[in-house]
Amino acid sequence: MTNILVFAERVDGVLAKITLEMLTLARQHGSPFVVLVGAGAANDVDAVAEYGADVVVVDDAVRTHPVTTDVDLLEQIVAAYSPSLVLIASTTQGKELAGRLAVRIGSGVVTDAVAVNSDLSIVQPIFGGAMTVTTKVNGVAIATIRPSSVAAEPQPGAGSVTEMSAPPASQPVATITARVAGQRSTRPDLAAADVVVSGGRGVGSADSFALVEQLADLLGGAVGASRAATDAGWYPHRFQVGQTGTTVSPQLYIALGISGAIQHRAGMQTAKTVVVINKDRTAPIFDLADFAIVGDVATVVPALIAEIERRRA
Amino acid sequence: MKIVVCVKQVPDSWSERKLQPDFRLDRDSAERVINDLDTYAVEAALQLVEQHGGETIALSMGPQSAEEAIRKSLQMGIDAGVLVSDDALAGSDAVATARVLAAAIAHLGADLVLMGIESTDAKMSVVPAMVSEFLRWPMLTLAQQLTVDGSVATIERQTATGHDVVEAPLPAVVSVVEKFNEPRYPSFKGITSAKKKSVDVLDLAALGIAPETVGAAGSPTTVVSATAAAARSVGVVVDEDATTVAQLVDFLAERRLV
Repeated sequence: MTNILVFAERVDGVLAKITLEMLTLARQHGSPFVVLVGAGAANDVDAVAEYGADVVVVDDAVRTHPVTTDVDLLEQIVAAYSPSLVLIASTTQGKELAGRLAVRIGSGVVTDAVAVNSDLSIVQPIFGGAMTVTTKVNGVAIATIRPSSVAAEPQPGAGSVTEMSAPPASQPVATITARVAGQRSTRPDLAAADVVVSGGRGVGSADSFALVEQLADLLGGAVGASRAATDAGWYPHRFQVGQTGTTVSPQLYIALGISGAIQHRAGMQTAKTVVVINKDRTAPIFDLADFAIVGDVATVVPALIAEIERRRA
Repeated sequence: MKIVVCVKQVPDSWSERKLQPDFRLDRDSAERVINDLDTYAVEAALQLVEQHGGETIALSMGPQSAEEAIRKSLQMGIDAGVLVSDDALAGSDAVATARVLAAAIAHLGADLVLMGIESTDAKMSVVPAMVSEFLRWPMLTLAQQLTVDGSVATIERQTATGHDVVEAPLPAVVSVVEKFNEPRYPSFKGITSAKKKSVDVLDLAALGIAPETVGAAGSPTTVVSATAAAARSVGVVVDEDATTVAQLVDFLAERRLV
């Protein structure tokens, strides 16, 4: 049976949901084995075994050289297990790992993939979801998988553990010299959130973003912003949704006062359900709406929050 | 200090982009512009040489028209340009592109290579990592701040909860994020003096690259099909009044979203 390597995504020592999604995807095409790295990696063996990992390779050394140690380790693992497919989370570090590994082992990579076909060709949306392309990789196919593309379903695997460590670096590398912890957000990560509530120019001011946050928190979602809003300084740039910001693909996307320039749509048009609240009926965002209210964010959103709270009470 | 900044010409991301029947980018489908995200790398290079002295080169790979992207960076203040252009490059994927850029960087020599985090057309954000792997140089990616002290470069890199301080010996590849700086607009003087700056065009032979290792033949990935996404069905649009919010919550409840 085809071996499929799943490189587990762990964020600050916590196993991320995308890992279980990748395992579910891998099971469709072969026998998944999981590579778990970083401090406390062994703690996650049971979790990945529940989702079908037959073999779990564990390297629990703390990572001080970003990405390159994992490339060295994976090069060794690919040689030992000969996988036909390598799945890595489509995060910034995941893409770097995939890119370097592809060069190292003489293969190719497809990023932001949402599905894999039975011939191991890889499906990815491009131009912000306006088109879907299918790509074949000559050699070991390396794909980075976009979070929330697959619904994770448990299926027990053997979960037998093999310990392995990365060989010493063979070239000059970057080193992390300090880690500065910021405040951990209580909201889900924007790229992986099931619900995203975004604000644009129609929100009106930085202060009014409190409304966007309030609705997001009520729905357990992440907060996003259009480029117009981040450029105006109303919300930090790292929350920008769009072509040059984060691409999101949530179950529910609520666009508040966002006109929907192609720049923005490219970052959210693969959302499953889109709700629009905007007072300008001519805004292009209405073309994407499953449900839209032509009205002012300042009055509709407080009423919406009140109505949801009333029904939950 | 010698800095090479990689720039790419892309179709304007504010307009609708298309593929050709052979699944390659239709370069005429939209206005060609410098990749917006590369201008942050250009700005970072200019600021570094303002502090430390040195020379800057804008490097691009692409058809002859890509010289316009190089010209834009020369207008901003980059000293000279190099365009790698060759018919055999058509159809190059990310690996093949990185192979060529790495060869050009090795050919030019550099202490530091600066890049944007991704191109707005292919949007893979793998090329900085691939170039550093080909060069076997360290990479400092997603820099939101960069300092160079002697032979060491140090960046701040945003993490899920804060930031990491990461350092590497030179030569190194650095990619910069949007919030790194505010790219300058070309001044009138910049635009005039850019006309006198040289852009060297190199072909594969000049870089000693075998044509079969690049282009479609040398690319490990091949696009086998492309389809336009189905148009979204038209949704419900209602004007704000006393009942619309309740209708919206009903709609969300029906889809189990609330």
